Amino acid sequence: MILEVAGVGKRFGGIRALDGVDFRLDRGELVGIIGPNGSGKTTLFNVITGIYRPDQGAVTMEGEDLSALPPHAIARRGIARTFQNIRLFRELTVTDNVRIAHHPRIRYGPAAALLRTDLFHREERRTLEQAEEFLAIFSLQGRRKEPAKNLPYGDQRKLEIARALAARPKLLLLDEPAAGMNPSEVGKLMEFLSFIRERFSLTVLLIEHRMRLVMGICERVIVMDFGQVIARGLPAEIRNDPRVIEAYLGQGARDKD
Amino acid sequence: MKGKGGKKTFPGNLSRVFLPFLGITGAFLLLDRYGVVNPYWIQIFQLACVVAISGMGLNVIYGYTGLFSLGHAAFYGVGAYTAALLMKTYVAAYGGGAFLPMQAAFFCCLLAGGLTAALLGVLVGLPVLRLTSDYLGIATLGFGVIMKVVFDNADSVLPQLGGARGMTGIARMTSIPWVVLGLAATTAVVRNLVDSTFGRALLAIREDEIAASAMGIDTFRYKVIGFTVGCGFAGLAGGLYAHLYTFLHPSNFDFSKSIDVLMIVVLGGMGNMTGTLFASFCWIFLLEGLRVLLPPEYLEFRWVMIPVLLIVTMLLRPQGLLGLRELPFLRSGASR
Repeated sequence: MILEVAGVGKRFGGIRALDGVDFRLDRGELVGIIGPNGSGKTTLFNVITGIYRPDQGAVTMEGEDLSALPPHAIARRGIARTFQNIRLFRELTVTDNVRIAHHPRIRYGPAAALLRTDLFHREERRTLEQAEEFLAIFSLQGRRKEPAKNLPYGDQRKLEIARALAARPKLLLLDEPAAGMNPSEVGKLMEFLSFIRERFSLTVLLIEHRMRLVMGICERVIVMDFGQVIARGLPAEIRNDPRVIEAYLGQGARDKD
Repeated sequence: MKGKGGKKTFPGNLSRVFLPFLGITGAFLLLDRYGVVNPYWIQIFQLACVVAISGMGLNVIYGYTGLFSLGHAAFYGVGAYTAALLMKTYVAAYGGGAFLPMQAAFFCCLLAGGLTAALLGVLVGLPVLRLTSDYLGIATLGFGVIMKVVFDNADSVLPQLGGARGMTGIARMTSIPWVVLGLAATTAVVRNLVDSTFGRALLAIREDEIAASAMGIDTFRYKVIGFTVGCGFAGLAGGLYAHLYTFLHPSNFDFSKSIDVLMIVVLGGMGNMTGTLFASFCWIFLLEGLRVLLPPEYLEFRWVMIPVLLIVTMLLRPQGLLGLRELPFLRSGASR
């Protein structure tokens, strides 16, 4: 088990955004979270990554309680994420976006940077080479010197995943990775997610609305509604669960996508 | 990655920054010596260098880290008063230069001015940097107003500071080598800091604080560091200013002076060192140039022309005069 979310609750004023959410992730799993808009999926990601502190319950990773840690400390323990509404460093180059992810692993200090020691140059070269490797995996190397904001939408999504992977996470959280993609792009994304998961031996938790993606690659699915987990299981089980159909999929959902 | 060995590490890598500045120093010293240029303009040149140091500081705070500070002149003032007070005390005690040569004492006073401003930067930054964008602007503005009141009334604690009557009797220590080398040192530090993982952390915070923290950057810590470094340079510039004009008045450090520096950073282009240097010189020489060009009775007309020029510049070049272009010796040396 890599991550445990136990009885997590979070309220905003009178709204219970999360209400007793429980689940576990085993190492190497690929798990999907689905649920209607406003069901608390992104709030859950924000609690896991430390942007929000849970009011109740705890998030533990490999036995360590993350609930009281700030976001950067949680990131350093091996959780990386992407955002629903892409959050790139827009004015910075594609390479720098990826290089920033190396920040926690840089071994030189400010004095070495000021004096430009050999260590500084070695580390910078290593970081740059690694960043280039990640860009090559994502076929973004041709655009490495452009500001991130100039990339087309699909490439921005890819760059955000590249940046998250460059942080060398154990657990990757993807918030609607297929949003805004056409069906053929979704197909490519699915292949790609399977590939990076093998290559970087990742555990992946993803939020997605595209049923084709969720049913296609997720090994388990967690369904949320009104801040609670209302169902969980294999994709095939979920598809036929009456509670899920009622809460989320609605009539004729089986034909969707 | 170009070139090998020598030029890339210390101190060789600094030669690219210092050599141009040394050239400028030499040229101005010669011009001064042979009276080619009127001493008044030499003084204006020194003021421009001082303002550029302060501008480089605000560029770290606002241009690179994206922290909207409206209190920069307060830190400039703290550096000025600290350095002036120490130097004055030293001159009074060891006037003849018994303990340390005057220039060495001056160096220590400048350093003390910068460090005091930086320390105050930490103390102010720790509570205030929890705020973002506009709210941070208001808080730093408030701090600037408080410091103006402190300067106005400082004589009730330390009579030497002069309070609202102004501080007099400061030795004239600032010279062309001091300002040019001060500016070169500032430029070298800012360049090497910005072009490293620390600079990228600051830029990431400017671009998206939440994403930066999700990448493992301790955003609050880096905001405090960026703010402190920037305030330190403001303090250094203040010390040079005090010993250039030998007279300090609280009105030299009020809100409008913070705005001047802010305009320099924005005009030059946010997060662009060349732009800050260029805009500092344009700003000071434009202010003084118009003093020569305009007939005295129209002198106040400057304050119509300059804002109009600002508006036009911002409409035509919102990215600043230089955008993202940097002079060759300020471009990242090693890593691209």
